[in-house]
Amino acid sequence: MISDNKYKSFLIKYAEIAVKGKNRFLFEDALVGRIHQALKSVDGSFFVRKEQGRIYVDAQGEYDYDETVLALQHVFGIVGICPVVLLEDEGFDALARAVIDCIDREFADKKFTFKVNARRARKNYPMESMEINASLGERILEAFPDTRVDVHKPQVMVCVEIRNQINVYFKVIPGPGGMPVGTNGKAMLLLSGGIDSPVAGYMIAKRGVAIDATYFHAPPYTSERAKQKVVDLAKIISRYTGPIRLHVVNFTDIQLYIYEQCPHEELTIIMRRYMMRLAEHFAKESGCLGLITGESIGQVASQTMQSLAATNEVCTMPVYRPLIGFDKQEIVEISEKIKTYETSILPYEDCCTIFVAKHPVTKPSIQVIQNDEKKLSEKIDALIAQAVETTEKILVLPD
Amino acid sequence: MRVYLDNAATTRCSDRAKELLLRLLSDDYGNPSSLHQMGKEAEDAVREARKKIAKTIKAEEKEILFTSGGTESNNLALLGAAYANMRAGKHIITTVIEHASVSAPLEFLTEQGFEVTCLLVDSCGRISIEELKNALRPDTILVSVMMVNNEIGTLQPVEEAAAVIKANNPDTLFHVDAIQAYGKYRIYPKRMGIDLMSVSGHKIHAPKGTGFLYIRDKAKVKPVLYGGGQQRGMRSGTENVPGIAAFGEAAAESYEDFERKTAHMRELRERLMRGITAVSGVSVNGAAQDGAAPHIVSASIEGVRAEVMLHALEEKGIYVSAGSACSSNKPAVSRTLKSIGLRPELLDATIRFSLCAHTTCEEINYAIETLCEMAPRLQKYAPRQ
Repeated sequence: MISDNKYKSFLIKYAEIAVKGKNRFLFEDALVGRIHQALKSVDGSFFVRKEQGRIYVDAQGEYDYDETVLALQHVFGIVGICPVVLLEDEGFDALARAVIDCIDREFADKKFTFKVNARRARKNYPMESMEINASLGERILEAFPDTRVDVHKPQVMVCVEIRNQINVYFKVIPGPGGMPVGTNGKAMLLLSGGIDSPVAGYMIAKRGVAIDATYFHAPPYTSERAKQKVVDLAKIISRYTGPIRLHVVNFTDIQLYIYEQCPHEELTIIMRRYMMRLAEHFAKESGCLGLITGESIGQVASQTMQSLAATNEVCTMPVYRPLIGFDKQEIVEISEKIKTYETSILPYEDCCTIFVAKHPVTKPSIQVIQNDEKKLSEKIDALIAQAVETTEKILVLPD
Repeated sequence: MRVYLDNAATTRCSDRAKELLLRLLSDDYGNPSSLHQMGKEAEDAVREARKKIAKTIKAEEKEILFTSGGTESNNLALLGAAYANMRAGKHIITTVIEHASVSAPLEFLTEQGFEVTCLLVDSCGRISIEELKNALRPDTILVSVMMVNNEIGTLQPVEEAAAVIKANNPDTLFHVDAIQAYGKYRIYPKRMGIDLMSVSGHKIHAPKGTGFLYIRDKAKVKPVLYGGGQQRGMRSGTENVPGIAAFGEAAAESYEDFERKTAHMRELRERLMRGITAVSGVSVNGAAQDGAAPHIVSASIEGVRAEVMLHALEEKGIYVSAGSACSSNKPAVSRTLKSIGLRPELLDATIRFSLCAHTTCEEINYAIETLCEMAPRLQKYAPRQ
């Protein structure tokens, strides 16, 4: 634990949710809730409060600054995190002395350009913003003769907000943006062990959607380690999304039955149609409003426009495909940013990569697929019922 | 029923070894370098273990250097010998089927300006003495050959190799990776012409994190770890006293009743090979009978990916390896299997059974029965071409 933190509080900036009219308090409450959740794993205890369209995180005693900032950077809805000094209003002179004191502690090298950016939210303060800017700037120049004012491109922005307390801060650490998870319902993510699906889950969660997930496990063709990898991936994205209920479906018998009955080149498409059906079953069961996949047009045979149409056809819920127009490299970049990449590339097979035909259909006709699926009519309902019944549900929580 | 047939990956710690380990962890936990009585007791435990191990290979006690295991022993042998003898030459000879803990340090030495010649092997996995003879040069400072291959169990003619090496130049050091051989063969390095020999503890029912390197008296090897000067400066760092003591006990134990135990393993090995090759599409790799170690069976099952077979057997309580488990869990193509000319479609369809002296006939029968039942079923789902 780092005991000598310069800051005891953080000012949390949020943008989009401030414009949500009468629903605003719902969004703010969700954001406060998510901040609480995210800070649970951090060394230290915190008080989170809402005040005049601002959210403050106050550290109670000693805490780990770096861990705190990192945790807050995982909370969707936060646009900026400002380590802030809160001052009581004891007149301008006291304010100026306090600001100079802050600068003295914050910056070892006092040779920089700056600009004072004052905002008077409490209108009964005796000075206007412009006046504060000028007077405070003067006092800073006096105290630190090597500094210079630059109003266009300052190296240091001295932000002073006059509220009940006076807020002084010098930097805005970028947050992840988006909207607080839980403010836009819930969706079911089809999570494989690959690179794409965790990114897809992250992107939809960023828009405020809570996430549940379904994984298709095919022992002995996929190993316990492959399953562990998916749990690990869910754990990584749960830092952003909060708890994820992961459904592990035992898919082997369905897969083998399709393999026995249907043309080999259609195997992947038919298999994916059953995955969608099963995922939708669990989605409905747990109150989800849509499905999420990591598909991107043309990436593999099962993601051509025709194939997407064929898998989409079995769903009644909307299917959200946030990566649909992304190139692989763009997806990889996000997965590196959200730290799922290294886990995703571990070499364990997932059930999409077994039994793959040498030349799978790339332009399946829905009619042909529907016809071939009829070959499964004898046993498929029983197999699906069995798969649903034996599905393992794991509650994945962030560490 | 749990049938553990992955003893070439690691073994269960023996009860006698465990007892000693626990005693030294909780009661006699001194540091051998401490001058007081507790330190002396710890030192005695290490000395006792050294004595037991030296006896199993008819070596002098001072020729036994304790390490953290096979990988460290191999690294120390190769890096230490190369750097200590580089003035005499920079040529090293090895084989294409070595374990990564030999081939990777040699790769590193190549980057450092050493030249490495790799001997090929025949379809059984054996090197040719003639080829070795031709590869030897005046500047060859080191030859490294594994005694028993970890994937297919083939035994190398180390004694003949030593004779050829020493005839060419008595100063050339001969290193033998005996990690899969120790405890399965009686190995007397001095008589056999071996200068350096690596052994791992956890392959012979000692705890993980134990091993030794035999360094023939006067063989020139430089340390890899520097520090407090323990083990006569050859390997600094406080000795793993409990592990070493347990290792000593397990080593002594593995050579008790030795003939009966190896005959037992050999018999089970033959039974397993006969049993599984009865299934169509199943073949075994490596050398027959006495040409291979008594505890390893490498089997290729046509049309079934090794990992699938492994997990299918696992569901029935049988634990085996795909290719070689020791090289982490990366499904890389095995160099050994490639080198013996295994058909490409079998490279990814090969599993390894490995036995120990405690393996029972019932366990082998159960394994045979299970494989015979599962293989045809899984073969049905072989990729259609």
